[in-house]
Amino acid sequence: MERLIEEIPNFFTIWNVIFLAKAMGVTFLLTAIGCLVGFSVGGLLAIFRKTKSFYLLPLRIFIIIYTEIFRRVPFLVSLLLFFYVFQIIKISDDLFLIATITVCIIATAYIGEIIRSGIESINQTQWDAATAMNFTYYQTLREVIFPQAWKVILPPAFGFFIMFIKDTALASQIGVMELTFAAKILNNKGFSPLLSFGTILILYFILSFPLDRFGKYMEKKLASNRN
Amino acid sequence: MPQIEIKSINAFYEKLHVLKNIKLSVSKGEIVSLIGPSGSGKSSLLKMLVGLLIPKSGKMYLNGNLVNFKNQSDLRTVREQIAIVFQQYNLFQNMNVLKNVCIAPTKIQKRNPKEVNEQAITLLEKVGLKDKLKSYPDELSGGQQQRVAIARALCLNPQILLLDEITSALDPELVKEVLDSIRLLASEGMTMLIVSHEMSFVKEVSSRVVFMDEGSIIEINNPKNIFEKPKEKRTLDFVSKILKEK
Amino acid sequence: MGYTLVYTQVLEFLPYLIKGAWISLQIAILAFFGGMFFGLILATIRTFGNNISNKIVICYVTFFTNTPQLVQIYFLFFALPEFGILLSPYIAVLLGMTLNAAAYLCEIQRAGFLSIRQNELDAAKTLNFSLVQQVKYVILPHIMRVLFPPLSNHYIIMTLGTSMAAIFGVEELTGRAFNINSETFRSVEIFSITALIYIVITFIATFLLAVIGRYFFKAKIRIIQ
Ligand SMILES: Nc1ncnc2c1ncn2[C@@H]1O[C@H](COP(=O)(O)OP(=O)(O)O)[C@@H](O)[C@H]1O
Ligand SMILES: [Mg+2]
Repeated sequence: MERLIEEIPNFFTIWNVIFLAKAMGVTFLLTAIGCLVGFSVGGLLAIFRKTKSFYLLPLRIFIIIYTEIFRRVPFLVSLLLFFYVFQIIKISDDLFLIATITVCIIATAYIGEIIRSGIESINQTQWDAATAMNFTYYQTLREVIFPQAWKVILPPAFGFFIMFIKDTALASQIGVMELTFAAKILNNKGFSPLLSFGTILILYFILSFPLDRFGKYMEKKLASNRN
Repeated sequence: MPQIEIKSINAFYEKLHVLKNIKLSVSKGEIVSLIGPSGSGKSSLLKMLVGLLIPKSGKMYLNGNLVNFKNQSDLRTVREQIAIVFQQYNLFQNMNVLKNVCIAPTKIQKRNPKEVNEQAITLLEKVGLKDKLKSYPDELSGGQQQRVAIARALCLNPQILLLDEITSALDPELVKEVLDSIRLLASEGMTMLIVSHEMSFVKEVSSRVVFMDEGSIIEINNPKNIFEKPKEKRTLDFVSKILKEK
Repeated sequence: MGYTLVYTQVLEFLPYLIKGAWISLQIAILAFFGGMFFGLILATIRTFGNNISNKIVICYVTFFTNTPQLVQIYFLFFALPEFGILLSPYIAVLLGMTLNAAAYLCEIQRAGFLSIRQNELDAAKTLNFSLVQQVKYVILPHIMRVLFPPLSNHYIIMTLGTSMAAIFGVEELTGRAFNINSETFRSVEIFSITALIYIVITFIATFLLAVIGRYFFKAKIRIIQ
């Protein structure tokens, strides 16, 4: 314990603080990009998944397989797989890029599912009314379904954002300089694990907690609005 | 030439044979009432007429034209001419009353928004909802929602109107109002198919009454006969049961 | 650069990998039931406890759900020895996953408790059920029906989470993939096969859970979402 107190001034030097802040930025960026892409592409997947046209059947099958696969493979394994695939095809050896692409691919699968079940939560009566008045599928989604479904989609989406902040810790395994990797480096430099890992636990918490609270607040508010 | 003619229609919900060999023709300006126990397929028949339930076999003619249910543009034509008021009203929950009425005429039929707005307000006034224009469906009673649904259907300027369980959610004093507007519509030549259990209403407005049971049409008769001397025993059972409940 | 995928060499390791999958399964099940038990205690405190105990549980749950499991295990594995507590990799992972699961499973189980209150209790009272009958015929079936889908879902998430154990040197499925990788350098082949095994075992798990849920608890779980 005394050693720990002695170590603290050495640990929180300006260099280490900047180092950790940068790493925190990387963690945040990975998550944010993943969620943005996940939301847009995942939204598209959800939309196409619910189409009925015969010609889009192959697309629907592809979407089902895609979402099932990436929600059934551990993040770590997907990450390593993409890491090695990138080494073979030699498009890029930018670790951050590889991690970002992996995160986007997985986020798309998960958020696509969240959006799809949001769409499905809307009563069939709304579809019937729109169809009977000659709304097209996309008009129905835009005018009727999404304006109602976002309330169902947002709370689990926030839960997912938080899960992703935490899952990006695994990117440390391929050497992306995010929070967990930074802690490992500090630990290797001789700082105590208690301090290195303890600090980033707090930093993760700082990133995640506001989102968690906001998500729960919104869930409550939207739930009470509906009654 | 009948305005709507359906021949040997069979329709299914997965395995459930919900419409069995349905034959019916309705001429322009006619008011046909559908009666029958709950679950007999009345709503399904109306849904089939706007292509929400695609029949497995049989034919439908609209103004003499055969409707191909697999062809989207055929279905669009059908839905341009037939408007439906659903049993559950099916108002859009995310739109206020006025928007519910205006959205399809402006966004789908691409009519002049100002004109549509005026018509919508007139219609809503007629059904007694002038002061509810900005309310949302979940703030309205069942009867009010139903009247919005009627206004929404009428604002589409359809040739044919389908009304499902029209009087069941209405307050007694409103029944008369709705009845009056329906009579007015009829005098303007609008064709109507009405599902209702309000016997006096059915008797008064309809030109013919169709009795359905278990997915089949059992009897088609004029309103006087169907209540007083029906041809079929099942009709008699149903009618006397309903009259007793009164 | 031509790189051809060669699976023959890696396929020889298939039995080795599948044995690893058993270890993954073991970790997942132990951590899940450990987390269920600990989470149940937490949920009970949260539902019936006083203000202070309540706050402690809330802090616990908030902390564990807002920090990465990986870092929690790092902490257990590297920081606890400073206090003289040395954990083997297997135990550190198991402990970390259990503590983490407890936080989530506490929340899930609590939601199940809360759903009962408003629901069918009144109906049971009007039918003059005794307390035991109420629990047996009304409360338990209701709770299981509500809880089974989210619990199953969390079990699948935990199965995927066990791959973290590899980072600490546990030789479960991913750990064994690491081992083969450093021997053969057939990385893409190895990790794609490993991914496939995860897909298969989670599919089997979802299928079994769906069958159990439907048969015993009338809970609806879709096998393909
Ligand atoms: N969307 C649906 N999916 C499956 N079965 C349905 C659906 N809608 C109605 N049914 C069934 O079809 C039968 C006829 O229903 P419906 O047409 O609503 O009868 P009615 O309007 O005469 O009460 C009933 O047995 C009902 O349960
Ligand atoms: Mg009906």
